[in-house]
Amino acid sequence: MNIQDWTYLLVGITFTIYIGIAIWSRVQSTSGFYVAGRGVPPLANGMATAADWMSAASFISMAGLVSFMGYTGTIYLMGWTGGYVLLALLLAPYLRKYGRYTIPEFVGDRYYSQTARVIAVFCAIFVSFTYVAGQMRGVGVVFSRFLEVDVNIGVVIGVVIVFFYAVMGGMRGITYTQVAQFCVLIVAYLVPAAAISWQMTGWAIPQIGFGSTLLEGQHAGMALLEALDAIHRDLGLPEYTGAWVDGKKSMIDVLAITMALMIGTAGLPHVLIRFYTVPNSRAARWSAMWALIFIGLLYTTAPAVSAFARVNMIETLNEKPYVEAPQWFKSWEATGLIVFKDLNGDGVIQYSGDAQKNELMVDRDIMVLANPEIAKLPAWVVALVAAGGLAAALSTAAGLLLVISASVSHDLFKSVLWKNMSQKDELRMARIAAAFAVVVAGLLGIYPPGFVAQVVAFAFGLAAASFFPILLLGIFDKRTTKEGAITGMLLGIGFTAAYIIWFRFLDPTATAEQWLFGISPEGIGTIGMILNFIATITVSHFTPEPPIEVQNMVDDIRLPSGSRDIG
Amino acid sequence: MGKTPPLQPHQKADQKTKAHAHWHDNLRLMSILLFFWFVVSYLLGIVFVEPLNQFQLGGFPLGFWFAQQGSIYTFIILVFVYAHAMDRIDRRHGVNDGQAPTSSGHSSETLE
Repeated sequence: MNIQDWTYLLVGITFTIYIGIAIWSRVQSTSGFYVAGRGVPPLANGMATAADWMSAASFISMAGLVSFMGYTGTIYLMGWTGGYVLLALLLAPYLRKYGRYTIPEFVGDRYYSQTARVIAVFCAIFVSFTYVAGQMRGVGVVFSRFLEVDVNIGVVIGVVIVFFYAVMGGMRGITYTQVAQFCVLIVAYLVPAAAISWQMTGWAIPQIGFGSTLLEGQHAGMALLEALDAIHRDLGLPEYTGAWVDGKKSMIDVLAITMALMIGTAGLPHVLIRFYTVPNSRAARWSAMWALIFIGLLYTTAPAVSAFARVNMIETLNEKPYVEAPQWFKSWEATGLIVFKDLNGDGVIQYSGDAQKNELMVDRDIMVLANPEIAKLPAWVVALVAAGGLAAALSTAAGLLLVISASVSHDLFKSVLWKNMSQKDELRMARIAAAFAVVVAGLLGIYPPGFVAQVVAFAFGLAAASFFPILLLGIFDKRTTKEGAITGMLLGIGFTAAYIIWFRFLDPTATAEQWLFGISPEGIGTIGMILNFIATITVSHFTPEPPIEVQNMVDDIRLPSGSRDIG
Repeated sequence: MGKTPPLQPHQKADQKTKAHAHWHDNLRLMSILLFFWFVVSYLLGIVFVEPLNQFQLGGFPLGFWFAQQGSIYTFIILVFVYAHAMDRIDRRHGVNDGQAPTSSGHSSETLE
């Protein structure tokens, strides 16, 4: 069987499983639709959170990004894991104890203000939509490369599948498909990584192979990272493990981006609502731990994959005649994601750090997908990676769509526009909103605005600058008032959005000297967050303290016992 | 909301001190763990990465290892320690879930 047959087979099997779960887990109540009836065990929620969290970006793009960035890729590795420490310690147990359906609902109750709630709804919808567009695009890329269908047909197939289980099963359907998707994606990530590690270093554990000696190739006998540094020096690129060298980000920028990604992780609504689905605060703490273990499994493997792929790619292609290029090179060239321009006309591929001489352009997104082929692994492993990439993209898309659906039906309709809506009507509304969101997400995947990829990274900055400070102060400082929270949210998101729009779209040629404190738009969420904190605390100080019921509610959510289970 | 029987004034005061002591222990644990979180990620993985790279850990420059491996392992340990230690703190102050009957007695389908 060739790669394409295997891909049809594995993708077919996994999709059948997802649909089967969707049928088994249909829901009839709003509690089932929004929070899976709060009956999800911590271990299962850990897996679901991991799949929810690890998107097409984590699975498909991250190792490739790190592969091209070397040390600086740390911003993603630490940024997208360290946030779970904040989430587990500072937010998850308390939000679970509060025990309702959505994040804007918490903001509205804690800050005794519909205005605050509506602002939070718009932040949540904006962040989730930018994020979901990227997922659908990921689905399209996998389909077009491995099943050789048109990218847009790939997107449509993805939309139909997500539509089926998100609209029918709500949070319950999403949760259990995410558990299955986690299993698929982690196996799909670890199997090729272990095989490549074993092939190159004799260690089947990539985390160890990463620090071991190469067995074959032009640098046999050298430690992997030492060899990479040497390869980079030869090509005129900054050293792979080098931190503050020319051509890489500055220390202040790395600090700011890492912080923005961590805080953003802890402020993303689709991750936060996962902790509403467990039975109590204690279960929320343990499921955060499970989630981080499962995420850590992929995130500690990824940088090893990056290093292996880098060595493999350069040794396989550099200084090789174009006519002898391997089959995978030709396949990816057909998608336009690998480009070879024979500048000096000698018919040989030359890779170089010097832009004038470099003849090879490799899209960062294909490293993980191409890696098994580069390492000449069997066809079923290549197909497994395709199924894993789809699992990662679909699971995250579903989680995001639920946030959008719940925000519209529960936070806008039920609480503002149509207050005496029955449970049945609300459930119907939630399904309609989910269906609508799926279709919009599909359209964004088919007609991606040119800046989708960049905007996804900014979703973190916006989440960091809007939600995190408000949620944190809402739990840890009883004195924080609605006036403070509203000012803080508007200032945080306004400042961050303005900075990003200015330096990314209006003045994209600006250099580090023009950036505020040398912080790039990716890291500006950190400053937005600090401004939000300062504004919220200052304004709260000069405004009347929150009503006594709100202060009692804060006391109540700080205690784990008697987690509420109300609708 | 959980329907607990109305409390006598002295019970209320008791509960308040209990809650206060629990919160205090929680905050202390949290501060210690967040201190390690900060040191490992921002100091060892970023600020002091170059001096640490003078040392080797197997085939890794040490600072690079902290940035791309060690920090993530530490995060997992911190969250495990938190979940475990909080269970003990809950038990010590008698506020652990599972034994608290206050939340039982109504189904997940209940509406607000």
